[in-house]
Amino acid sequence: MINQKKKVGNSGVFTELVLPVLFPLLLLFVWETLSARRIINPAILPAPSSIFSTCWSMLTSGEIARHMRMSAFRVCSGFLLGSAGGLVLGILIGLFHKIDRALTLIIGVLRPIPMIALIPLFILWMGIDETSKIAVITVGSFWSVLINTIYGIKSVDKKLVEVAFILKKSRMETLLKIVLPAALPSIFAGIRLGASNAWACVVAAEMIAASSGIGYLVMFAREVSQPDVMLVGILMIGLFGLLIDFLLVHLEKRLLRWNETETKD
Amino acid sequence: MSGLLSINHIKKNFIIDKKQVEVLSDISLEVNKGEFISIIGSSGCGKSTLLKLIIGLESATDGQITLDGKPLVEPSELCGMVFQESRLFPWFNVEQNIDFGIPKSVGAAERKKRIDEHIALVGLTEFTKARPNQLSGGMQQRVSIARALVGQPELLLLDEPFGALDALTRINMQQEILRIWEAEKTTMVLVTHDIDEAIYLGDRVVVMSKRPGAIKKIIPVELSRPRSRTSENFAVMRQKVYREFLEESEITPDYYI
Repeated sequence: MINQKKKVGNSGVFTELVLPVLFPLLLLFVWETLSARRIINPAILPAPSSIFSTCWSMLTSGEIARHMRMSAFRVCSGFLLGSAGGLVLGILIGLFHKIDRALTLIIGVLRPIPMIALIPLFILWMGIDETSKIAVITVGSFWSVLINTIYGIKSVDKKLVEVAFILKKSRMETLLKIVLPAALPSIFAGIRLGASNAWACVVAAEMIAASSGIGYLVMFAREVSQPDVMLVGILMIGLFGLLIDFLLVHLEKRLLRWNETETKD
Repeated sequence: MSGLLSINHIKKNFIIDKKQVEVLSDISLEVNKGEFISIIGSSGCGKSTLLKLIIGLESATDGQITLDGKPLVEPSELCGMVFQESRLFPWFNVEQNIDFGIPKSVGAAERKKRIDEHIALVGLTEFTKARPNQLSGGMQQRVSIARALVGQPELLLLDEPFGALDALTRINMQQEILRIWEAEKTTMVLVTHDIDEAIYLGDRVVVMSKRPGAIKKIIPVELSRPRSRTSENFAVMRQKVYREFLEESEITPDYYI
């Protein structure tokens, strides 16, 4: 594999590095030109240059930072609660068959419910302030961590557990040193999915009922007909989602270095 | 000669499709301290099940197994096992994998000493910090052997330990296990389907028949060590075992050695 990489010549560098940047730039250029010639109506889709200048002024005025901070706070608290809950319950379900059987029907019914459908209910129960929003995000990140943890624990190689058994290791040591590390790649897949769900949930919750946050920013801009502000908000949602995933991928790489397929030469 | 492991009239039934199937029928075997026993049989004769009974992964339907006079019903620190797959933990490096084989009661300084000794014993000193996926199949199996021996068992069970290795690595590993056996004086019970391997390593070769699994014959290997696979006496031994083996598998040999 390493050898193949070395063989990549100029054309490879172009495809791998230049093209992913060049093509979006080309699209932006076409978009800008069409806007300048009034072929695209700026009241519906503003030109990239005007989106950029709006973005710049919102960044310097601290408006984006203010909304972002609010959304990030909600996502972090909801995601931490949801993934911790999913992890603990997932371990219990994965380890104990009776708990698994007791909960299987409840999980089967509750899991397919889209988060959006729960928002009105949570507002009724917990009011319109932070609690209901954090609850939505908690549930949104809970499921994927739960399901992937259960799967990871159940698919631990029985042969490795046998080794711990014949070496007379305690149940706790077997759980910590064998079962959890073996389930970690799967748990991490759940955490990454949970984080992106959490981010999607916060935007949805803020669009329905909030007076701050990035989802609120987009919704408010629609009411006052500011398409450039809406697009800045949407762009920020995308960029922040990318940032979360980037951080998690790097954390995963550090923690799961053993899981890389490596060949000895 | 003192008996270390004694297997007395062991019987094992499995329930398959709600029917009792006899897997092992009346197995009795005495293994002396320091002895190297090879158990050979075609697949399905229950030889691996026998090892699982000794190690405590399965329980016998009838009969008793004792180690040093004490009944063996659950895993014991006196008994280690190496499987066909190395069964290493990929998230641990070589050192940590071997450390897993040491009982909790052993203190830190003693642990370190034992780990270093056993890494040296299997010739992997340069790979102390390597992860299993950075090692070749033969090296992984060496780590697995070190992990089984580091707990200082009286008895080491080897369940087709070299079955997944290529022919050259296998011969190399057979020499290694002999060297380790001579150095550590651990009693060894090896299960294999390789006749040469059984003769090359064993003091005695136990030939098993199948359905139900039973001991057909115990053949003492009266060859001095170090043994040569190409010597005439080795060929005679091979012929002896072949005869038992082929009768069992009901194949008429169309060639003679």
